[in-house]
Amino acid sequence: MKTETPPAEPQEIEPPRPRSRSIAVEALLIPLLALFSALVVGGIVMIFTDPEVARAWASVGRNPGNAISMSWDLVSSAYGALFEGAFGNPTALSETLLASTPLILAGLSVALAFRAGLFNIGAEGQIIGGMLTSSWVAFTLDLPLVIHLPIALIAGFLGGAFWGSIAGFLKARTGAHEVITTIMLNFIALNLLTFFLKTPIYQRPGRTDPLSKEVAESARLPSFGDYRVNWGIVLALLTAFVVWYLLFRTTIGFRFRAVGANPKAAAYAGMSVAGTYILAMALAGGLSGLAGTANLLGVVYSMSPGFLGYGFDAIALALLGRTHPLGVVLAALLFGALRAGALQMQGTAGVGTDIIVVIQALIIMFVAAPALVREIYRIRARSAIETDAITKSWAS
Amino acid sequence: MKIELKGITKRFPGVIANKDVDLIVNGGEVHALLGENGAGKSTLMNVLYGLYEPTEGEVLVNGEPVTFKSPGDAIDSAIGMVHQHFMLVPVFTVTENVMLGVEPTQNFGLLDKRKARARLVELSERFGLKVDPDAMVEDLPVGVEQRVEILKALYRKADCLILDEPTAVLTPAEIDDLFEVIETLKAAGVSIIFISHKLKEVMAVADRITVLRRGEVVGSTTPNETNEQQLAEMMVGRSVQLTVDVEQAQPGEKILEVTDLEVLDDRMHRTVKGVSFEVRSGEILAIAGVQGNGQTELIEGITGMRAVETGTVTLDGKDVTGSSSKRLFEMGMAHVPEDRQEDGLVTSFPIKDNLILNTYQNAPYSKGIVMNRDAIDAGADKLVKEYDVRTPSIEVNAAALSGGNQQKVIVAREFSHSNNLLIASQPTRGLDVGSIQYIHGQIVAKRNEGAAVIIVSSELDEILALGDRIAVMYDGKIIGVLDRSEATRERCGMLMAGLSGEGVVRQSATETSAVAEDERPPPPASSAEEETTS
Repeated sequence: MKTETPPAEPQEIEPPRPRSRSIAVEALLIPLLALFSALVVGGIVMIFTDPEVARAWASVGRNPGNAISMSWDLVSSAYGALFEGAFGNPTALSETLLASTPLILAGLSVALAFRAGLFNIGAEGQIIGGMLTSSWVAFTLDLPLVIHLPIALIAGFLGGAFWGSIAGFLKARTGAHEVITTIMLNFIALNLLTFFLKTPIYQRPGRTDPLSKEVAESARLPSFGDYRVNWGIVLALLTAFVVWYLLFRTTIGFRFRAVGANPKAAAYAGMSVAGTYILAMALAGGLSGLAGTANLLGVVYSMSPGFLGYGFDAIALALLGRTHPLGVVLAALLFGALRAGALQMQGTAGVGTDIIVVIQALIIMFVAAPALVREIYRIRARSAIETDAITKSWAS
Repeated sequence: MKIELKGITKRFPGVIANKDVDLIVNGGEVHALLGENGAGKSTLMNVLYGLYEPTEGEVLVNGEPVTFKSPGDAIDSAIGMVHQHFMLVPVFTVTENVMLGVEPTQNFGLLDKRKARARLVELSERFGLKVDPDAMVEDLPVGVEQRVEILKALYRKADCLILDEPTAVLTPAEIDDLFEVIETLKAAGVSIIFISHKLKEVMAVADRITVLRRGEVVGSTTPNETNEQQLAEMMVGRSVQLTVDVEQAQPGEKILEVTDLEVLDDRMHRTVKGVSFEVRSGEILAIAGVQGNGQTELIEGITGMRAVETGTVTLDGKDVTGSSSKRLFEMGMAHVPEDRQEDGLVTSFPIKDNLILNTYQNAPYSKGIVMNRDAIDAGADKLVKEYDVRTPSIEVNAAALSGGNQQKVIVAREFSHSNNLLIASQPTRGLDVGSIQYIHGQIVAKRNEGAAVIIVSSELDEILALGDRIAVMYDGKIIGVLDRSEATRERCGMLMAGLSGEGVVRQSATETSAVAEDERPPPPASSAEEETTS
């Protein structure tokens, strides 16, 4: 094996060169190149899955110009429509923000836990936990909006926090790996949801299928004018700021990050690693709970069985956003835009919305393999410690 | 076999690890490569061993230019390397380890273990490398494991052996054995490159000494033409004082008392078997011993990092057995952990955050839960100056610092509070001469201020330089305590090998046969400093 990584040794020999690119540029460069690469590959997939264009390529020898122009037309119209549908007009923008709201919150959940050294696969279960409590508050109580809505949101946070803290507690007390426990807790939550939706507490009167009661008007997140986007997006952005402040400006965040980066050194310095795990999982669960609640009180107003899927996207978002709250917001806006634009793309260019899933997966793949992006675009690697930190410790 | 390195330059992005290095090793010569950590010794040897390709320059074997693309090529040219950390499979026998990768086969590709064993026995007799070919490697003491590594290289017909810091994990007696082996190999015409930063050993074993500093050769000499002082100056680049001035200790009242302490290691084996001692204010108790004899677990037990089975720890008259490290810190204990990168630092954090790792919740660094960034910066600036941490800025990540400066960050964090008890494990392991001097000075200063100090070290020089009293640990017990006046290199060395003062019973001799597996000391913790190739 050839290892060309410089050993720790030579570091004394020469002071490291001044960094040619700032950290911020570097942090953005890879995701942007990953997005670009994903769009290129996504375009190729479109070309070869469209029957007509694929046929044109089959006979490319006879008419190469035709194949190329057909491909170009397809891809450019698809991406044009995608952009139009995501940002083209106020309604499109509203849809993008609406789709981004739960993604931001769930992404923050995974990112926060990750900063404390925990890999939270359980956002989906915590979303359900949050919805179970917030929906009960939202359809049972009868209060004015200024009281009812905040209480419902807090209930959602607490429900998620409770569900998340179970995994934290198990890890702190028994060492059970949070990846395993959170996955299992997802399924427990899913089945609890199905169960509760059949009980008179939750089930909508007069229905036999598992559909919950509708949340009260006074507990709904108000929309902005005629657009569907609601105060949930403001809540999500505020939460992102709070999470950033917590992580980088408070002693709690300092402890989270110290335990996350090196639990042994944190323990030697007198920090309680077990306590940190429980608190971090509780807060992460709370954020996921808020994600489910924002969707419930802002968009769907009732619960039905099944995963929403935000919790799984959240893992990708935390990775894409480099576990930084701002990065998560940007990543969630991107995914929201892709979701919002997909419908227009299907309508105008006839390209199925499934291609969005492919593009999302490709983005993640390129981000998770920074070495690949570097290789393609010939970017020189800098300190291995910084660039690989996320992808490597991800596996631990 | 003659090896020549001509004008070797190795660049890593942003760093020149070796600059125009020339090195000639003649057949049957022991050539010592001397230099501090970070001087570029390992890089140079990795170039020779085919792990790195040189940026410039060439390698000649017996006058022929060669290009090594991988260690396999180097082995084909009869070059062997014994790494600092052994590359052995613990659950394989000695023979299996030696033949691994070059297994002789019979018909149908079946392993011919007998043939390998015969060759191994022949080699081990020829070179005086005594080893049981059928022993499990995990049951062997470190010194014997090293012999297996050497045999592995010889089995591959090595004519040139690179020994990377071979004495780091050995007892003084084992070091003597190794030197005998080196003599035998030399007589058989094998050339040996002996990498070290220890002056005494280099003077004892080498025919030629080449000193590297900052990636460049600063000089080449022979033991007859030089002395330790001169070599140290070549290594460091300025004049150095090799010993610390330590004035007579003025022990005061009892600070720490440890009684009948027993501690289990991670594998639930009893590695501390009833240890008792006390430390008074104003004195340094140095705990000597070969790595893996329970020192690590003893310190972890005292400092609250590991559960104590039985026994008590009393600090300032209060029973603190099993107290959290946080409580002990609040009671005035400072702790410099054994493994600075694993336990002492969050290497991905900037220096300033590492400096408040145990005080981040206290004023002035935070108020409520909100941290005061100005106070943190100001405090860090002050400590970095006071403790001479060489860094362009307090924002630099700890990982980017040299070992010496990393250790200074920890020392700054731990020593900057008023302490009554100071515990430092391997405080200077892998550090350069300058940093060692500095850290020793700080430790003695703490003692003179009246702190009770415990130093754990596997370096006899360090033990003898600092210890007012020296306790030697062997097999989980303190088998002897010597005063500074009666402690000599030889007496300590005997105790470290398990021979008590009167020089009779080797404690393990009777025990190992019965409970070999249980009692074998765990492999030494990897020293984080060097050796990043794997």
